[in-house]
Amino acid sequence: MDSIANQPLDLDSSTPSGTTTSGKSLLACLHEWIVTVDHKKLGIMYILYALLFLVVGGVEAMLIRLQLSVPNNHLVGPQSFNQLFTMHGTTMIFLAAMPFIFGFANYLVPLMIGARDMAFPRLNAFGFWLTAFGGLLLYFSLVGGEGMTGAGSAPDVGWFAYSPLTSKAFSKGHSTDYWTLGILIGGFGSIATAINILTTILCLRCPGMTLMRMPLLAWLYLVVSGMVLFAISPLSAAQIMLLLDRFLGAHFFDTQAGGSAVLWMHFFWIFGHPEVYILVLPVFAFASEIIPVFSRKAIFGYPVMVGATVAIGFVSVGVWAHHMFAVGMTSMGNTFFAISTMLVGVPTGIKIFNWIGTMWGGKIRFATPMLFSIGFLAQFLIAGLTGIMLAAAPFDWQLTDSYFVIAHFHYVIVGAIVFMIFAAVYYWFPKATGRLLNEKLGKWHFWLFLIGFHLTFDTMHIPGILGMPRRIYTYGADRGWGALNLVCTVGAVFQALGLLVFVFNIIRSLRKGQPAGNDPWDAWTLEWATTSPPPEYNFAKAPVVRSRRPLWDLKHPTDPDWKYE
Amino acid sequence: MTTILPLWVFWIATVVMPLTLSAAENSDTSLTTSIFAPESTPAHSIMRLSVFVLAITGTIFVVVFSLIVYAVVRFRRRPNDDGKEPAQVYGSNPVEMAWTVVPVIIVVVLTLTTARIIHEIQDAPKPPGALDVQVIGHQFWWEIRYPKFSVVTANEMHVPVSLREHPTPTFLDLRSADVVHSFWVPRLAGKTELVPNKINTMWIEPERTGLYLGQCAKYCGTQHSWMLLRVYVDTPDEFARWLQEQKGLAASEPAVAAGRRIFERTACINCHALNGTVGTGRFGPDLTHLMSRDTLASGVVKNTPENLRTWIKAPDQFKPGALMPAMNLNDQELDQLVAYLATLK
Amino acid sequence: MIGLILAESAIFTIFVVAYLFYLGKSPGGPSPQQVLELPLINTICLLSSSATITFAVRALGRGRKDLFRIWWFATIALGAYFLAGTAHEWDRLIHQGLTITTNLFGTTFYSLVGLHASHVVVGLLALTLVLVFALRGAVKTEHVERIEVLALYWHFVDVVWVVVFTVVYIIGR
Repeated sequence: MDSIANQPLDLDSSTPSGTTTSGKSLLACLHEWIVTVDHKKLGIMYILYALLFLVVGGVEAMLIRLQLSVPNNHLVGPQSFNQLFTMHGTTMIFLAAMPFIFGFANYLVPLMIGARDMAFPRLNAFGFWLTAFGGLLLYFSLVGGEGMTGAGSAPDVGWFAYSPLTSKAFSKGHSTDYWTLGILIGGFGSIATAINILTTILCLRCPGMTLMRMPLLAWLYLVVSGMVLFAISPLSAAQIMLLLDRFLGAHFFDTQAGGSAVLWMHFFWIFGHPEVYILVLPVFAFASEIIPVFSRKAIFGYPVMVGATVAIGFVSVGVWAHHMFAVGMTSMGNTFFAISTMLVGVPTGIKIFNWIGTMWGGKIRFATPMLFSIGFLAQFLIAGLTGIMLAAAPFDWQLTDSYFVIAHFHYVIVGAIVFMIFAAVYYWFPKATGRLLNEKLGKWHFWLFLIGFHLTFDTMHIPGILGMPRRIYTYGADRGWGALNLVCTVGAVFQALGLLVFVFNIIRSLRKGQPAGNDPWDAWTLEWATTSPPPEYNFAKAPVVRSRRPLWDLKHPTDPDWKYE
Repeated sequence: MTTILPLWVFWIATVVMPLTLSAAENSDTSLTTSIFAPESTPAHSIMRLSVFVLAITGTIFVVVFSLIVYAVVRFRRRPNDDGKEPAQVYGSNPVEMAWTVVPVIIVVVLTLTTARIIHEIQDAPKPPGALDVQVIGHQFWWEIRYPKFSVVTANEMHVPVSLREHPTPTFLDLRSADVVHSFWVPRLAGKTELVPNKINTMWIEPERTGLYLGQCAKYCGTQHSWMLLRVYVDTPDEFARWLQEQKGLAASEPAVAAGRRIFERTACINCHALNGTVGTGRFGPDLTHLMSRDTLASGVVKNTPENLRTWIKAPDQFKPGALMPAMNLNDQELDQLVAYLATLK
Repeated sequence: MIGLILAESAIFTIFVVAYLFYLGKSPGGPSPQQVLELPLINTICLLSSSATITFAVRALGRGRKDLFRIWWFATIALGAYFLAGTAHEWDRLIHQGLTITTNLFGTTFYSLVGLHASHVVVGLLALTLVLVFALRGAVKTEHVERIEVLALYWHFVDVVWVVVFTVVYIIGR
């Protein structure tokens, strides 16, 4: 029986992935990365790509906030503003958040299940390059059309591109086509990666790792991949229909010919709602790995966490029309979706309790990953509660399409998702690069970002309550929204500073970071049994596991987990 | 402890400070568009539900947040820690059962309440005294029609206040001529969208006279931001008088005949209707009683002859991207035209 | 392949939903009852090709490479006939005044049937590639699992046709 204890730890990392050994020219290095099919390199490329677009999207956000900081502002005109918020939303969701999610999946899933690589390495690379190309196509819109001099052809239809605003009649030129094609291609990349993750988890787990012994991260990605298959496809279908409308004169969403604007909304949100769960479930995965390690306790209630995840996966495909409460559905329809939306809050809320239960009775260490995780916990609680408010359809009739909703979903996407992405980077960066990120800079990053986040997004609920709708490029001075908007903008500055500290930390630590060793956090899952960075083949021999925390068993031979599971 | 205190400070700062600032800035509180200042039955119903939901979610927040704070403080690693791992607790069936059942009960309570209010608002029967108003959304203005009275206006709606003894709610029929818009006057009701190829209905029942502001709440294109709404809730007498003034042909004073000719012979008539002239266009607002409105261009500027002149000459100065083209009239033609339009009360 | 089939099923479902949603809602133009004829022979061919591909796979599993080639070729021929039949039908419909721009029926009909047809095209390309390999003797018994994956895709295409046929030619009329 070959347990990990007998596996040579391979201290001679002669070909570690991710480092440039001397003697390799820059060109050879670039070539290695471009042709790679190794899941670790692809994972890192996804994450770097995402980080780039996080910054780009952040710049767009900064411009939006500056324009809105005072009433009747003229920093950018309406056309540019409309392009800015469209690109900001589209970039953040499709070119930052999704690639982060897939990047971490790529890097971690094979390592954590003791596999050598993903099931289909070439498909993996193909998926990455499709995603990358989709993003580049979208941004090409800035220089396509009347680009560079005439403000470009960037899409200006909002990230959910409602019809008939997107029809050829109301969206002249090609800006909408850039949006449609860019995201469509990226979507195929996502489907490819999801198929890969699904197959890898189902077929390539190491001996002894039953489904109920895999790390929660693997479970969450299993459900996420299934959801991608069922959620991205409706968007792709709708986008194909939109392209047929715009290029071949079809009438899917052509209201002048009897087509239906509401049909696009249904199709889009059948994608759109599961999409946000696709974005958030992986960060639940990170939380379920990080919080236990820094509380020094096993995750509380593993089976229920699995059940709740699967429940979320199923119920979340039945809530989509809560984005459409104001469109004029019948009272029956509105009631149904109000109920389903509140229902999905139950398994989601339970997870918060499980994380608290994990911390309870533990010995919490406040390293940077844990700081971000605690922020995540409190912020996700609030985000979920404002979500419940929005689920009460009549309340939503006031709150939807206002700054309250913007505050709510940024609470989820920034307060929960981005915070945990930061935590995950701080946590797994040492594994990928062999160096720790600087803790002091990490704390600066955390506090700056936390202050900025709350300044902006706590405040932002209020203009919504005071009647400020979304997607307006300016407002009158007599509306009472000016001071509030200014506060939000100030918060954005703090967030930008925090982000800059983060980027600086990464660049600096790549060269000067403290060496991490195999297991800097004293953690318990399989990836910490390899070197940092791992060798290209991950494990010399497939590890054999007997419990959910194989390294705990190794470190505590007298009191291993498998006695209690 | 030091990690927690700053958090509380920021919480208070981010809530109290902005509210004080905004209250100071908003001198005319009667023009507020706060959803928590309802003056109409559906808005009141929504507020009742909202307060209930807020109470429940607020309680949940206080309880769970306190647990988080407590856990973080109580179970932090002390400096004198012995380095041993704490007791590993893998789960607890009774605890997990409790924290599943309680949320389910809360959800049941919330959904029952929500369902009741949905029904109360959406399925409200239309009393015989109700007023019918048809609203048609355009890029970027509101066409407002009173079918039973043959009255057409734009952007500024007049409705009678509803008295308890004799309720006169206003039922709105919502349509769109182009893309999706959204009718939102927060103090009077929740928002409902105007969708092309679809007819939506909503109702308001204002209980106090006054002016209520709103605006389009669904992104509809370049000038979505300046598609404002003004709802004037009048006494029954005032309303009857207003209706009367809105009927009838456009004024036709001989002194401004030159301006009227300019209107009838340029492209104006392609978009604008003027009752009594050859203008029957419906792409732009009906101008028959233009001067009875307080604002121009759906609320962007006050309705004065100077603003009117600028609007006709160069709409982009007020509302860049509006679909009104700059009319290429010389100064004299502009003056005559404005003089004519200024008589259209 | 199962993952791909799941995703593709979702895409097809959306097109079917659009088709059903718009049934009877075309303001003018030709209606399904007026112009659609049951494509019986086409359907029989396509569905039979599922049988022939199964025979092919079984033959390969038994080591009968000669039979494999024959049944595989039959599958391609039947699929090609189906495509030709579809093209013929579209030609007739266009002459009767139904195009993708005519009305809602035209839009949803051509896109749904076209989406299916495009999947048949892709399938035929893959099948032809395998046939070429087989004729050169490169396809051996140990490859049967990979061939089965491709056959699974082909069966999926057939199942989709059953759905499309039912929705468009039976329910729709």
